[in-house]
Amino acid sequence: MSFVWKRLLGTVPSLAGVIVVTFLLSHALPGDPAAYFAGPAANAVSIAEVRAKLGLDQSLPLQFLHYLGDLARGDLGHSLTTGQPVVTDLLQRLPASMELTFFALVFAVAIAIPMGVWAATRPDSLVDHVCRATVSVAAAFPTFFVGLLLVYVFYFLLDLAPEPVGRLNEILYTVPPHVTGMYTLDSLIAGDWPVLAASLAQLVLPAISLGLFALAPIARITRAAMLQSLGSDFTRTARASGLKRGKILFTYAFRNALLPVSNVLGMVFSFLLGANVLIEQVYGWQGIGAYAVNAVLASDYAAVQGFVLMMAVLYVLLNLLVDLAGTLIDPRVRFEA
Amino acid sequence: MRDTTLGRNIVHAFGENRLTLVAVGILLLLLLCAMFGQSLAPYDPLTTDGAAKLSSPSSTHPFGTDALGRDILSRVMVAARLDLGMAISAVVLSFTLGLTLGAVAGYFGGWPDRIVGRLMDTIMAFPLFVLAMGIVAALGNTELNIILATMIINLPFYSRFARGEVNVRREMGYVEAARMGGNKALPVLINHIIPNILPPMMVQASLNMGWAILNAAGLSFIGLGVRPPTPEWGIMVSEGASFIISGEWWTFVFPGAALVLAVFCFNLLGDGLRDLLDPRRRI
Amino acid sequence: MTAQLQIENFSLVFRTRQGMVRALEDVSLWITGSEIVGVVGESGSGKSVLAYAIMGLQDAAAQVTGGRITFGGMDMLGASEEALVDVRGREIAMIFQSPRTALNPIRRVGRQIEDILSQHANVPASKLRSQAIAALERVHIPDPERRYKAYPFELSGGMCQRVMIAMALACSPSLLIADEPTTGLDVTTQAVIMDLIREMSRSSRMATLLITHDLALAGEYCDRIAVMHAGHLVEIAPVAELLHHPAHPYTRQLLAATPTPHSSIEDLVSIPGQLPDLRGDLPACRFSGRCERHAPICDERPLPWATLSPTHHVRCRSPL
Ligand SMILES: Nc1ncnc2c1ncn2[C@@H]1O[C@H](COP(=O)(O)OP(=O)(O)OP(=O)(O)O)[C@@H](O)[C@H]1O
Ligand SMILES: [Mg+2]
Repeated sequence: MSFVWKRLLGTVPSLAGVIVVTFLLSHALPGDPAAYFAGPAANAVSIAEVRAKLGLDQSLPLQFLHYLGDLARGDLGHSLTTGQPVVTDLLQRLPASMELTFFALVFAVAIAIPMGVWAATRPDSLVDHVCRATVSVAAAFPTFFVGLLLVYVFYFLLDLAPEPVGRLNEILYTVPPHVTGMYTLDSLIAGDWPVLAASLAQLVLPAISLGLFALAPIARITRAAMLQSLGSDFTRTARASGLKRGKILFTYAFRNALLPVSNVLGMVFSFLLGANVLIEQVYGWQGIGAYAVNAVLASDYAAVQGFVLMMAVLYVLLNLLVDLAGTLIDPRVRFEA
Repeated sequence: MRDTTLGRNIVHAFGENRLTLVAVGILLLLLLCAMFGQSLAPYDPLTTDGAAKLSSPSSTHPFGTDALGRDILSRVMVAARLDLGMAISAVVLSFTLGLTLGAVAGYFGGWPDRIVGRLMDTIMAFPLFVLAMGIVAALGNTELNIILATMIINLPFYSRFARGEVNVRREMGYVEAARMGGNKALPVLINHIIPNILPPMMVQASLNMGWAILNAAGLSFIGLGVRPPTPEWGIMVSEGASFIISGEWWTFVFPGAALVLAVFCFNLLGDGLRDLLDPRRRI
Repeated sequence: MTAQLQIENFSLVFRTRQGMVRALEDVSLWITGSEIVGVVGESGSGKSVLAYAIMGLQDAAAQVTGGRITFGGMDMLGASEEALVDVRGREIAMIFQSPRTALNPIRRVGRQIEDILSQHANVPASKLRSQAIAALERVHIPDPERRYKAYPFELSGGMCQRVMIAMALACSPSLLIADEPTTGLDVTTQAVIMDLIREMSRSSRMATLLITHDLALAGEYCDRIAVMHAGHLVEIAPVAELLHHPAHPYTRQLLAATPTPHSSIEDLVSIPGQLPDLRGDLPACRFSGRCERHAPICDERPLPWATLSPTHHVRCRSPL
C-alpha cells in the first residue's frame, strides 16, 4: 500500500501550486481586487470597506496566510449573485457536472477504444482510414458548436431528443429525493423509472457533444499502443504458444496497451472539465460551469476563484485516480514506487 | 544524403497527401479574408438592415442575415481577422517564450530547470480552459487578455518540448565540438541548438494552432473578451444559438463551420508537416 | 522411420514496397526423434524466417512460392488456421532470444504457463496451478512456488529463459524450435541454458531445431548442422563431419571466423564481402559474389546438391 501514499504525497506540489496561483489571480494582479470583490455596483466607501474586510490592506505574505486559513476552514467567501457561501453553491452544483462528465467519458471511451483496437488489427485498411478520418474531423469541431448542431438536428428537426432545458424537465417530472445529487443515481435509488428515463434522455446529447472531442486522443493512442503491443515480442510468444486469437488480443495485447491509454486520460480530463463549462452553457445544465460563467460575467470574483480552485483540485484528484489505476494495470509501476 | 530524404518526404507529404495541399489552400483563403476581409466582404459587417432580419440564405445574402439584418457572410469573412489574429498571436508568443524558457532550462539544468519545470507543472495542474477563464476574469475582460490567457495555457507544451530537445542535443557531437572550439554557452545555444529544434517546434505550433483557435472562440462564446457587435466566430455562434428553436439554422451554422474549417485545416497542416519531418512518426 | 518435420524445396518471398525479397529459396531439411539440428548462418540469412514459416507464423507480407512442409504427416502449408493454432504450443513449441521481452511484462509467469496448459492440455482449473509449478520445477527453477507469482521484471534474464523453456515444454511438444535462445545472456548462463535444452531434448524425446549464428555453440550441442547463406541452405552434415571436413567454401569461412579453444583472436578471419541484397535478380549460387572458387559454371541453373556421404550434402559446384 506504500505506493498509494507515495502517489498521494506526489499531489502535494501540484496542490500547492494550484493554491498559490489562485491566490495570485485574486490578490496580486494589477487593478484593484477589492473593486472586483465588491462587485460592479460598489462605490469608493464600500470598496474601502471590502478592502479592510478582506485584509487587502495588509502585506502580500500576510494575505496569503489569511487565504490559507480560510481554505483550511473551507471558506471560499460569499457569492455576490446568490448571497450564499461559494462552497455551498459549488457543492450544490457539483453532482450535475460530475454526472455529465462521467457520461461523456463513458461515451468517449466506449466508442474510441474499440475503434482504436479495430483499426490497429487492420492497419492501413479501409477501416483504419475511416476511423482516422472520423476522429480527425471530430477533433476539429468546437464542443459548443457540436452541442448546438445536435440540438438543432435531434430536437428541432427530428424531435428525437427532449427539449434542452437542463437536467430534467421540471414541468413534467419531479426531481428525485436528494441522495447523491445525481439525478440518474437518485432516481435509480428511489426506483423512479420514468424520472430515470427522462434524466438519461436529457443527458444523451450533452454527453455526446462533450465526449466527441475526447474521441480523437483516446482512439489515436489506443491504436498506436495496440499496434505496438501486437507487434511486440510477447505477442509473438503468445501466438507461437497457440493461444486463441481473443486471448492474445485482450489478455496479452490490450492489457499492455492500457497503460499508455490511461496516461492520456489526464489530458482528456483536462479537456472534459474545461469543455463542461461550454456544454452546460449550451444545454442550460445547472452545474458548476454554468455557475462560473454567470459569476465571470457578473464579476462575482469569489465565485470564480472558488470555481477555478475546485476544478483544479478535482483535476489533481482525477489524475491521482488514473495514476493509481495505472499501478493496478502495470506491476512494474507498483514496484518502482 | 539529407537532401534526398527530405526531398522524398516532401513528395510523400504533399504528393501522396493531397489533403495537406488542400488545407494549405483553404488556410491561405482564410488568411486573405483576415487581411482584406473588410474590403472583400459584400456588405459592411456592422450595418443593420431592419427590413432583412433573419432572412434565410439567398443570392443577395448567401449565408443569410442575423437578428439585426446584418449579412452573415460579411461578418464571417471579417471575423477571420480577429479569430486567426488572436490564435496566431497567442501561439507566436507562446512559442517564443516557451522556446526561451525551455531552452534555458534544458541547456543549463540546475535551478533554472527546476523553476521552469515547477512553473509548467503548476499550469498543467489546472484544466487548461478553466485556467484561461480564471485568468481572463482576473486580468479583465478584453481581447488582449484572451490572447494572454491562451498563450499561458499553451506555454507548457512548447517549454517542455524545447527542454527535452535541447537536453538531448546538448550532449551531441556537433554541440560538443562547438563548445570545445571555445564558444560560450549562449552562442552555442543560439547558433547550434535552437536552429535544429525549430522545425519540430513548428510542427508542434501548427498542431497547436487549431487548439488555440478553439480556446479563444470558446472564451468568447461564453461572453469573455470579445464584445458585440464585433464580428467573431465564437460570439456569432453564441448569438445564433437563440434561434435554434425557431429553426434559423444559418445564424450559427456558418460561423461554426468557419471555425471547424480553420481548425481542421490547421490540424491537417500540422499532420502534413509532421510527416514531412519524420514519416515514421505517423500514427 | 518417417521424419517428424520435413521441409522440401521450400521457397518464400516477401512482397515489400521496395520489391520482392527472396528470403528463402529451395530449402530442404528434415529432423526426427530426439536429435538436435543446428541452423547456422550470418544475420539476415533467413534462419528466423524459416522458423516462423514452420510454425505458420510468417509475416502478412510473406508468400510461399514453392515446396512443402509436413509435420508428423500433417501438411503445414495447407492446414487451416485452427489446426495450426492447435499444433502451436502443443506439438511444436518455440523459444526466442531476449527472453525478458518475450514474456508478457504484466502477467505473472505462472499465469502465462497456465494459459498454455488450459489452452492445449485440457487441465482442469483446480490442477492448473500445481501443473504450472511442476513445469517450473522441471526446468530446475529453485523455489518454483515463489517464482510462480513473479513478474518477468523480477527475474534475471537466465531465469526468464528458463521460464520460456518451461512454457515451451509445458505440453510436451515433439519439436522445439529455439531461435538464438542464448543471445543476450551472459556466458555462464548461456551454457546453463544450452545444457538444459539438451537435457530436456534427451529426456522427453523431443527433436530440437537450434537456430544460432554461433557455429561453436552449434558444434557443441548439435547432432547435425545445417548452414544457411542468403536464404539458401548450403550444407548439411553431422557435426564432426561438418567441423572437420567442411565442403562449402562458406562453411569453411564460417569456421575460420569461429573462435575455438585452440585458436587465438589473431587467428580469426572475418568473412569477406557481405550478404547479397535479396531484392531483385540473384545469381544461381548466392555465395558466388564472395567466393574465391567462383567459376562460370557456377552461374548455371539449377544449382545442384552434391552428396558427399549419405548424411553430408552440399550445394556447390566445386565443393572442397
Ligand atoms: N517482414 C519482412 N519483410 C521483408 N523482408 C523481411 C521480412 N522479414 C525478414 N525479411 C528479410 O528476410 C531476410 C532473413 O531475415 P531473418 O530474420 O530470417 O534473418 P536471421 O537469419 O534470422 O538473422 P538474425 O541472425 O539477425 O536473426 C532478411 O534479409 C530480412 O531483411
Ligand atoms: Mg533471427
